[in-house]
Parts: sequence; structure tokens; C-alpha cells
Amino acid sequence: MGAPRGPTDTIIALASGSGRAGVAVIRASGPGSAGVIRALTRANQPYPGDSSGPTGSEGALDPADVSRETPQPQSLPQPRKAAVRKLFDEAGGFLDEALILWMPGPLSYTGEDVAELHVHGGPAVVEAVIGAALRTRLCRIAEPGEFTRRAFDSGRMDLTQAEAIGDLIDAETEGQRRQAGRLYQGEAARVFEGWRGLLVSAMAALEASIDFPDEADIPGEINLSALEPIETLAVDLEQALGDAGRLASVREGFRIAILGPPNAGKSSLMNRLARREAAIVSPIAGTTRDVVEVRLVLSGYPVWVADTAGLREASDAIEAEGIRRALARAEEADLRIWVSDVSDNPDASRETSSTFREGDLRVLNKADLLETSPSSAGAEDVFVVSARSGAGMDPLERRLAEIVRERLETDEAPLVTRARHRELVEEALAAVERALEGARIGIGAELVSEDLRLAARSLGRITGSIDAEDLLDRIFSQFCVGK
Amino acid sequence: MTRSSTGSRRPMQTDTFDVIVIGGGHAGAEAAAAAARFGARTALVTHKLSTIGEMSCNPAIGGLGKGHLVREIDALDGVMGRAADRGGIQFRMLNRSKGPAVRGPRTQADRHLYREAVQDILREYSNLTLIEDGVEDLITENGRVAGVIGQSGRSWRAGAVVVTTGTFLKGLIHIGEKRIPAGRVGEAPAIGLSDRLYGLGLQMGRLKTGTPARLVAASIDWAGLEMQDADADPIPFSFLNDRITVQQIACGITWTSAEVHAVIGDNLHKSAVYSGAIAGRGPRYCPSIEDKVKRFADRDKHQIFLEPEGLPGTEAGELIYPNGISTSLPEDVQEAFIRKIHGLEHVEIRRFGYAIEYDYVDPRELTPDLAVKKLPGLYLAGQINGTTGYEEAGGQGLMAGLNAARFAAGNDPYILDRSRAYIGVMIDDLVTRGVSEPYRMFTSRAEYRLTLRADNADQRLTEEGVKAGVVGSVRRESFHVKRSSIDTARMRLEALTLTPNEARSNGININLDGKRRNALEVMAYDGVDFAKLRSIWPELSDVTPQVAEQMEIEAQYAGYLDRQDADIVAFRKDEDMRLPSDLDYRAIGGLSNEAKEKLSTVRPATLGQAARIEGMTPGAITAVLGYLRRSARKAEKAARG
Repeated sequence: MGAPRGPTDTIIALASGSGRAGVAVIRASGPGSAGVIRALTRANQPYPGDSSGPTGSEGALDPADVSRETPQPQSLPQPRKAAVRKLFDEAGGFLDEALILWMPGPLSYTGEDVAELHVHGGPAVVEAVIGAALRTRLCRIAEPGEFTRRAFDSGRMDLTQAEAIGDLIDAETEGQRRQAGRLYQGEAARVFEGWRGLLVSAMAALEASIDFPDEADIPGEINLSALEPIETLAVDLEQALGDAGRLASVREGFRIAILGPPNAGKSSLMNRLARREAAIVSPIAGTTRDVVEVRLVLSGYPVWVADTAGLREASDAIEAEGIRRALARAEEADLRIWVSDVSDNPDASRETSSTFREGDLRVLNKADLLETSPSSAGAEDVFVVSARSGAGMDPLERRLAEIVRERLETDEAPLVTRARHRELVEEALAAVERALEGARIGIGAELVSEDLRLAARSLGRITGSIDAEDLLDRIFSQFCVGK
Repeated sequence: MTRSSTGSRRPMQTDTFDVIVIGGGHAGAEAAAAAARFGARTALVTHKLSTIGEMSCNPAIGGLGKGHLVREIDALDGVMGRAADRGGIQFRMLNRSKGPAVRGPRTQADRHLYREAVQDILREYSNLTLIEDGVEDLITENGRVAGVIGQSGRSWRAGAVVVTTGTFLKGLIHIGEKRIPAGRVGEAPAIGLSDRLYGLGLQMGRLKTGTPARLVAASIDWAGLEMQDADADPIPFSFLNDRITVQQIACGITWTSAEVHAVIGDNLHKSAVYSGAIAGRGPRYCPSIEDKVKRFADRDKHQIFLEPEGLPGTEAGELIYPNGISTSLPEDVQEAFIRKIHGLEHVEIRRFGYAIEYDYVDPRELTPDLAVKKLPGLYLAGQINGTTGYEEAGGQGLMAGLNAARFAAGNDPYILDRSRAYIGVMIDDLVTRGVSEPYRMFTSRAEYRLTLRADNADQRLTEEGVKAGVVGSVRRESFHVKRSSIDTARMRLEALTLTPNEARSNGININLDGKRRNALEVMAYDGVDFAKLRSIWPELSDVTPQVAEQMEIEAQYAGYLDRQDADIVAFRKDEDMRLPSDLDYRAIGGLSNEAKEKLSTVRPATLGQAARIEGMTPGAITAVLGYLRRSARKAEKAARG
């Protein structure tokens, strides 16, 4: 089981469900909780009256403004009274505005000092706040079930809660199962297993040289060639952390691309969705030359809608570049809306494109110019609208909201698990680098092996545990031991 | 230990003891001595007093992991380290060139000197009686053990009994197609006691091990062989000894060849193991030569150490133990392949090799104090628990003897956990996970290996042992002197500081960051040893070499040990969470049937142990914890209401 790394350290995790709600609750528990609040709120000006302070004007939300404020120590909110505070990262960058609950132990969920940060829901905010908290080095990501466990340990769990513990565990393992089953299914799981295998192999060579010094079959000294696969592993781990960063940027918003032939009304459609004039609309085909984006909130998730240049044979280099970008954006997008002018070509939805994917939506625009319903109206994921008048927009917006919710809910593993994985991979990488550096400068095999063991343990917390028997199996299958 | 040496020969006034130990092997000797040190009136009953302390297999003590166990036994004032120092004839520090955590003290031992040393040490205990009789059965009363019955018909009463019968439980020797019931060659197995243990309903199994032929030293052609000398500066096992005075000898090294392998390969079907006659599973790290030839067919030779069983000119020294060719092939095949080995062309074989199968008790039948769950007062130690090796046996024997004595006196068990000792790692592995092959210690089994070193066994355990009542006054005083000199040295090193510039002028390359560093911190830098510190601070010249070595090791491992300490704190939290021995796992909701089954079998003593059971999930552990918490609340409420 994942043992806690210390009875008195401080843990942090997303306490609410991932993503979908307007509010996400991040909880910290342990003696460092106060320090975490102070660190995250340190650049902020205290509000007069903690429990009833104003929420701040729109202008104050501009990161450029707040980052110029002089950092100053921030007092803790009054215990058990809601306080609104702005949160900043270590560089003074604005993160979010949060409702903070400060509950010093022992009268708290876990019996320890507990802080709850109610931030705006959505993966990007939560990720950013937890990330900033971890970088204070005052806390670490909680193991699954660790808050509950601490509550047990301190005797804070009351009878009713205790009765429900079985359900809680199920929920947690369900989260782990989903994480293993979806995000890390297939490729990633195999990759983790592969990494673990590399570590066990390398350790087996080192451990064999340690535990069987008189064996002719085993090289007596630390065998640097055994570490070559570990050099590769270090690169792979770094790469994975880089990929994790890209994944995080994807989580900043669900991306929708509006595509279609020129003058189909793509810009009008976007403006309708955005409820403002974000894109220039004109009757001239090819007005939109570059990608124009607006940010929406659908189902509580941030969504970026991109209006793109119409797809046709370009008439000049600028337009050609716009079309290239449109196609690139279509490729990256999580969802594509294919717009066509229903009055020009009532069956435009039959048009195919190399970038059309199952699940994309078709919109037949300019329905106001048509007297009868087009033949494809009523088909699944085909919407007849008038972007100009707004007719038919409600079903389209409902469907978009539904898609966003479905995709984010099913594709997203619980955020805490993912952040936990990243932390564990970072730990493993640090240990692997210590091992390689140690081997280079010639420290003892037992120290190199110790770091590999720590690396394997970190990875083992993601995929399962490794113990001495794994190692011994490997040694005995590789070497003829028994002098 | 300087007690009356006449105790054992004095006729006892009574046939009643606090603790009776059955068996006089390495587990039995440590168990009897530990119980006696605790102050228990102790008897050791064995079928043959003259073989107490006998080395049935390889005449060597220590090695990797095993040497750690010997040092721990010694730190707890046991017998093995002192006996090895008196019997050791080829001391070698294995992995001398590697780090201190993985150095393993080892010595070849003179079979006779070692046995005499064990017997001498046991005779020093005035409250220990040695009785010659084969134990045939246990006496039980009111659901607990009450004594033993000998083959002679005599019986003795005791508050606790420790069984250390090694391979004697339904022992069966195989040589080719021959099968001979025996505990050791020429000695009868203990069948009655085995039946008794089966009668208790204990889960039992069968293991096998093997031993090579014994060769006559004078018939070996030594001239053409590579020799391996003892270390020039033999380092004693016992913290009580500062030098080795026994003569040191060399061992020979030879190799098998393709020709040898051909003989073995042609006769594989005659081996007891390959003919299917043996059901028990043998150790992978100590395979028979037929196993090696079959499993590693691509190797064209295997190494053999020719280890004298004693000093030259003595009876024991007439024989050579050829380490690496244990076998259960028939005698004629053994003779044929051995005589094809370089240097052994004209060898005379004194006794042929054999495989031995024996019963063991699934150690998951035991609590971590090595007590049998199903029969209070009964303790098991050594090979009977599925282990192999003198050192593994000795470590268990010491803990079983101590705990039997504590039980007889009404004290709580004394348990060493995995973070404190290799002994703790071993016993936890046994009682938590059981065995599938004879269990041997390796340093890779110890997750806190950097902390659990052979060099610091006394600092880890002697004070603990004093509190547990198993360390005598001589050891205690000697340890206190050493500890205070280490503490003093550490404080002195912490008080001596220098600047980076001063360090550089002494040839130590330190960042010019303006920070003063103390001598311990300076010693953590590459290439800085205690001698270097002495050259900077001449006043350190009065620090003894032993203390200086401890300081060097601590400095060398500093960063790693800090990380490990943090790990240990977390580990102990789960170890401190005790689980009631009568916990009804079947009543816990949210546990899979498999988890319920495993928990009910092992009955873990702590939450940490529960988590180490094979296949246990975090969810299962949390469910156990939740159930416990609920039960505690209910009990509290009931008490109030």
C-alpha cells in the first residue's frame, strides 16, 4: 500500500469531483496548511473584514495589475469563517480568486490543521493552484484515501462517516481503475510496466554483484553497461513529463473548430455562440483570413471556439496560409463543426473531408433563406440554424454542452491522480538521475541501487508494487548462483 | 558472560523448567542461551549432546546478509559471533571494496573448534541444563503447552517450549534411488514430534536441500589449484573481540568442465531430483550441480571452492567441503564426475553427497514472536520454519528463546521490526508471506539496508537487548563504553568547523560560499576520510579506529540515511497500529473473499504487516482500519452506556 511519507507532513489534493462543477474544492491537511495559505495569498492585499469582503472588481483580475502589487505577509483568515482571497503563484502571477476556509486542528475533518480553497472549477485552475502549492514545498499530493485515513488515525471520523467508509474506498479505487482503464490504458500502462522492468533488470545486475560476491557467474564490480537502459529511461521520463505539460495545456480548454467553405457563415455562427461580434462578418467570401478564437463556458468547462478561413482554392498567399492554419486547427481540435450554406447546397452535409471525424457536427446555416426543411434536417448531429436570426441555435448549443460534458467527463482521469502521477514520475526521474550521476562518479553499487529502488518504488505507486522477490526471481533466472 | 561453568553438570533438583528447548543445532543453542540470559530456568533437550553446535553442511559462518545476522545475534549477546571468532579459520570481509552497508563478514570454520566453542559457551550458563534424550511428544494442558516427553520415557514440565528440530522432521535422505529416513546422515529422524505437529492442525509442507560429497584433503592435487587466502587483518564477528587469534588457512578453487557436465548430463535420470522422487522444493541460490548443468546449459564450467573443514593436522581438517557441487546422484556417478574435476583426479571420497527432504511448518502459523498461534507456549525456530542456514536459524532461535522466556515469566513479546534488524526482516518475511523455497537472507531483502549495517549492529540493538532482558552485564558495560566514545567523537566533530578557504588550503575542494562547515560535513566530501580530519585537527588523534570508522560511514551515507530515516518514520506508523489477534476478518464489509482468506490465515499483528501480505490492496487495508475504528467506537459507547 502507499504508505504516507510522514505522520506530520502536509498533504493536498482536489477534494471535489474533477472538472465539471463551477466550484472546485482543494483541501490541504497537516501542520503546513497555514504556510500554504500564506504562500498562496502572499501577494494579495487583505480585504477589510475577512468574512464579508468584496469580491474585487473585474479590473483587479488583470494579472498585469496584481503582479505589480507589493507582496506582503498575509494573515490567516479567522478560523471557520469564509474569507475571499486572491491566489498567486510564487512569481506573483494571479491564479484565481478563492473562498478560503481555515480550520485549525483538532476540530477539522482530519483532526489536523485543514485549509479548504474553493476555487473556480475546471482543470486548469485546479492544476495551477495545486501546482503552486506543491512548489512551496510545504506539502505533497495526498495518496488516495489519505485524508480519510488521517481522519481515522486521529479519531475524527464519526460513526456515520465510518459506516460509509466502504463506499468511499470503492469510489477511490473506482477512480484508480478509471485512471488505469482509460487514460493509462494501453500504451501508457505498457510504458510504465516497461520502465519498471528496466529498473528491476538494472537492479538485478547490481544486487547480484552485491549479494553474490564469490560467484564466478556474476561480475564482481558495478557493471555500467547494466545502466545503459537506465540512461534511456531518464530520457523517457523527461519526455513523459514534457508530454504531461502538453496534456495540461489541452486541459485549459475544450477546443472546437468551425470549418467550412467560404461565406457559409462560420463567423456569424461563432459570434452567435459568443453572443458578441468577435469576428468580422461580411458578405465577401474569404473575409476571415486567420484563426479567430473566443472563449466560452459550456457545462462549466472552458471551451475555445475557433473561427477559421473558408476552405477553398486560395486566391492569394495570405489566404493560403489562413487555409493551412484552418486545417491545422481542425486537426488539433477536440470537435469540429462543419458549416455549409443550406441555401446554396441543401445537401452540403454529404460533403466529406479528410479531417471529418466521427462525432463531428454539421451545421446547415442560413436556414432563414430556405423555405422548406432540408432533407438532412433531423439526422443525428446535423443542425439547421440561422446564425443571423438565432433560429435553431438552442438545440445546437445544448448538443455542444452535452458533448463537452461527455468528452471531459469520460476522458479526464481524476485530476489528483494525474498530478500525483506527475509527482511520482518526477520523483522517479530525480532518483534515476542521482543513480546515473552516482554511477558516473563511482559511488558504491549499494547507493546506485538504493536510488534505483526509490525510483522503482515511485513508479510502483502508479502501477503496483515491486518487492525483493521480483528482484531475486530476476537474479536467479539470469545468473547461475550457488558456489 | 562469566558464570559458573558447572551448572549443567549439577544434578537438577527438579524436572520442571521455565523453558525447554528441543534441539541442539544453531537455533537451539541460541534459543537456550537467550532464555537463560533472560533468567529463565532452561533445559536444552537433544538426542545427542556431543553434536550440539554441529555444522551439518558447509563449515562456514556469515556472508552477505548472513554476516549481518551474526552481528545482530552478537549485539543481542548471542552465541554465534563469539563461537565463530573461536572457530574461524579463514576470515574474509566480502565486498570489502564496496560500501559499508553491503560488506559481509564471513569465515570458514573449523567444525570441531566451532562446536566446542558453542558447547563451552552454553556450559557457562548456570541456569541452563543440557539433557540427552530424543523428544517424542509434547505435553499439553488446558490448551497450552506444559512440557515434553522423551524417548526414554522421562518427561519434563515447562512454561514454554521451543522446537528447533531442523531437518529432523520426517527427514528423508536421497542418494540416487536410495532413500534413507534420517535427520542428518547417520542420525534418526524425529517422527513422533512431526506427527504431533500435524496433529495440531498446522499447515505443513516439504522442502529439500542438498549437500556435496566430502573429500579427503590429502588425496587432492593442490599444486595445480588457484588458492584463496584469508584476509590479512581478520575482523572478528563479535563486538566483544578486537582480534582473531586462530590460525588462518587458504581455500582452493577449481572448476567443472564440459567433460564433467557430460557425465552429469548422461546420468540426470538417476538423480533423485530429476527422477521425480523428491517432492520438496529446493533453494534456487544453492542448486545441485545437476540443476546447474541442466538450467544453465550454455555455461561450460562452474566454480568450486575447496573448503577445509578444519585446521591442517586435525581430524576435522582431513576433510574438504567442495562448495558448488551438491548432488543427489548415485555414488558411482558422483565418483565418476568428481574425478574428472581438475585437481580431484585421484580424490578419495569419504562420504557421498545427498539431498534431504524434510517437513517444515508454514511460518504463517506463527506470530511475529515465533509463537505457534494454535498452541500457546509453543515456539518454533530455524529450518522447521522453512529457512536454511545457520545464521537464519540462530537469529530465529535467539528471538524464540527470549520470547518463550518472556512468555513463561508473563511478559509481553519482544519483536524487532523490519526497520531495526535483518532478524526483523527475516521473521516478518516468514510470518507474513510464508516460504516457497528454503528461505535465505540477502541484503536485497532489507529495504533499510543502508541503515541496517553489520558495522552498527551493536548501536542498533544492544541497548534494545538490555531492555528486553537478553543482554548480560559484560556486554552492556562494554557497549556503553563504546557508545559514549562515539557520542563524544560526534560532538567533537560537530564543534570543529572551518571555512571553505581553510578547506581549500587543506586540499578539500569546497564551494566558496562563505559557509562554515563542521568536520562531519567536511567528511561527506569525496576523498575526505578520518585521517584527513586528523591532519587538519591533530587533536583528533586520540579517537580510536573503530569510532573513526563509524564517523566515516555516517558521513559517507549522510544524505541517503536522512532519506531513509524519513521512510522509517512512515513505516513505523503502520507498525504501531496493532490488530487484535481475534479480529474476525469475515465480518468486515468491503473486503474481497481473497483478502479475507489471506488475512484470516496470516492474522497480522499490525496494520503494516497486513499491508505486506501478498496481493493486499490499499482498499482492503483501509477497510480493516475502518472496521477497527468502528469497533473501538462501539466498545467506547457500550462502556459509557
